[in-house]
Amino acid sequence: MATTMHPDAAPHAHPTYHEVTRDIAATLGNPGRSYFVLLGFVLVVLAAGALALLYQIRYGLGVAGYAPPVMWGVYITTFVFWVGIAHSGTLISAILYLFRSAWRTAVYRTAEAMTVFAVMTAGLFPLIHVGRLWYAYWLFPYPNQRGLWVNFKSPLVWDVFAVSTYFTVSTLFLIMGLIPDVAAIRDKAVGWRRKLYEITSLGWRGTDQQWRHYTKAYLYLAALATPLVLSVHSVVSWDFAMGIVPGWHATIFAPYFVAGAIYSGVAMVVTLIVPIRKAFKLERYITVVHFENLSKLLLLTGMIVGYSYLTEYFIAWYSGNPFERASFWNRAFGNYWWASWTMLLCNGVLPLLLWFRKVRRSIPALFVLSLFVNLGMWFERFVIIVVSLSHEFEPYAMGHYTPSWVDWTILAGSFGWFFMWFLLFAKNFPTVSVTEVKEIIPLPRRKGAHA
Amino acid sequence: MSAHPAGVLAAFRYVDDAAQAIRSLKEQGYRDFTVYTPVPNHEIAAAVGHRISPVRLWTLIGGLTGVSLGLLMTMWMSLDYPILVGGKPIPSLVPYIVIMFELTILCGAGATILGVLVHILRNRRAAAYDPRFTDDHIGVFVPCATDRRDAVQQLLQTSGAEEVRVEA
Repeated sequence: MATTMHPDAAPHAHPTYHEVTRDIAATLGNPGRSYFVLLGFVLVVLAAGALALLYQIRYGLGVAGYAPPVMWGVYITTFVFWVGIAHSGTLISAILYLFRSAWRTAVYRTAEAMTVFAVMTAGLFPLIHVGRLWYAYWLFPYPNQRGLWVNFKSPLVWDVFAVSTYFTVSTLFLIMGLIPDVAAIRDKAVGWRRKLYEITSLGWRGTDQQWRHYTKAYLYLAALATPLVLSVHSVVSWDFAMGIVPGWHATIFAPYFVAGAIYSGVAMVVTLIVPIRKAFKLERYITVVHFENLSKLLLLTGMIVGYSYLTEYFIAWYSGNPFERASFWNRAFGNYWWASWTMLLCNGVLPLLLWFRKVRRSIPALFVLSLFVNLGMWFERFVIIVVSLSHEFEPYAMGHYTPSWVDWTILAGSFGWFFMWFLLFAKNFPTVSVTEVKEIIPLPRRKGAHA
Repeated sequence: MSAHPAGVLAAFRYVDDAAQAIRSLKEQGYRDFTVYTPVPNHEIAAAVGHRISPVRLWTLIGGLTGVSLGLLMTMWMSLDYPILVGGKPIPSLVPYIVIMFELTILCGAGATILGVLVHILRNRRAAAYDPRFTDDHIGVFVPCATDRRDAVQQLLQTSGAEEVRVEA
């Protein structure tokens, strides 16, 4: 049996089951100096964000840049950004699972972990935004002495239910997928890691009974997660679309936001997978084909997003509504023209490069492009939220919002938080699924090839 | 001291051999054996021949619980703390559908996980194990008394097991 690890040696030959376990188990454990340098950097960024948050808690929300009428700023922008990032994880792990798309197996674990950590990041921002975050539990309906219940007609309450459901279900889904993998790693590990994996594999041995229930449950979880992922960003979009602010009050918002979410999420998957593949020497499992498929997803969702931008402008003009027209004129040529054009350039124009096969198959090009998409998608939310709010109806009530250093530092800190979790995960748990990569390789047969 | 009953443990390399061994065991009336596979496999599942997993019932009941919980909660809470706007009716089904939907998913997924745990724990059998079974081998463990041991060993060997060993 060939034991070569070289990626070019036999690109179409399947690795054996043993090689899969061995190669993926090799990604765990001691990742070397550069990992710890990176982790240290990420922790410093997180600490800066935490200090800025403490400062805001001490001196109040006035230290953030809020200026009436713009009372939703960088925090809500960043909340929507991170919720959006989360979406492609569930798309890849649940929707592509139901479509029986085999290429997903190599990338879904990274995407799914990204989902969980991105929702964990997103969930902080509404709390940071409301200021008194120690009253966060007010968001949930609970019996209290004032006899008060939450208003279920408010999209903000829908959002609480949608995001907390999404966090719970995507975490369950991630853990569920990890169990057989952790068991495979457990059987190779030594020392304290073996203890860790013995506990986290929940006694998994891959018996007929275990698989019998597991495979069915996985299917049902995927079937539940699929409508969930579409609902979550729809609900997030209704936070805006249910308001009468020009630039928000549009029926296109739900599909527009879902497409944008998947778009930004796929970009983040590319951003994460490129270094992981390099650092963990997974070139044999994550190939150019995977990147090409991801870039096709990027192209598709990017086109939907670009089309939505054009539709928004068209409807603003076609509706004949002067406020709507003024709002969109302000977007393109007002004080925030730079944000709008960054968004249009990064999300609408640059991904058109993906029509070229050469770009789709070039990993450095894709990596750079994914960074631009991430940037563009943050600005998309900034444009929708801040720019619309700054230019509503009455000229005397218009204003200008400039984020303060606290806003920017907490935004940076959120990246620190997200990457801290991701780096810790990548070091201790398989970022490529052992079991699912094996599943697309037929089990060996004595009597001729069945597959 | 071992935590599992005495029996015979076989490791297979090839999936068709393992399926054949399982069919032969069933023909001879063995029912309480355990099969280990590194990945879920249809051929093995068909040979073992379980009925379809009852986990789907958990999903269904969980989902139905969620949707009714969502309906009852939103209706009752809005009536208990009425927010009157322009004389419009207090309970309003359309916005509540969002909550009902989210709770359907939440309870459905939770119940599914619970169902897996319950069914796996309930059907757990003490059996001998080998770490190769999560890597690249298919394992079959047949618990049996000393007098049947040779026959089982014979059966597994002729089916093409790579290794057969007696677990006391």
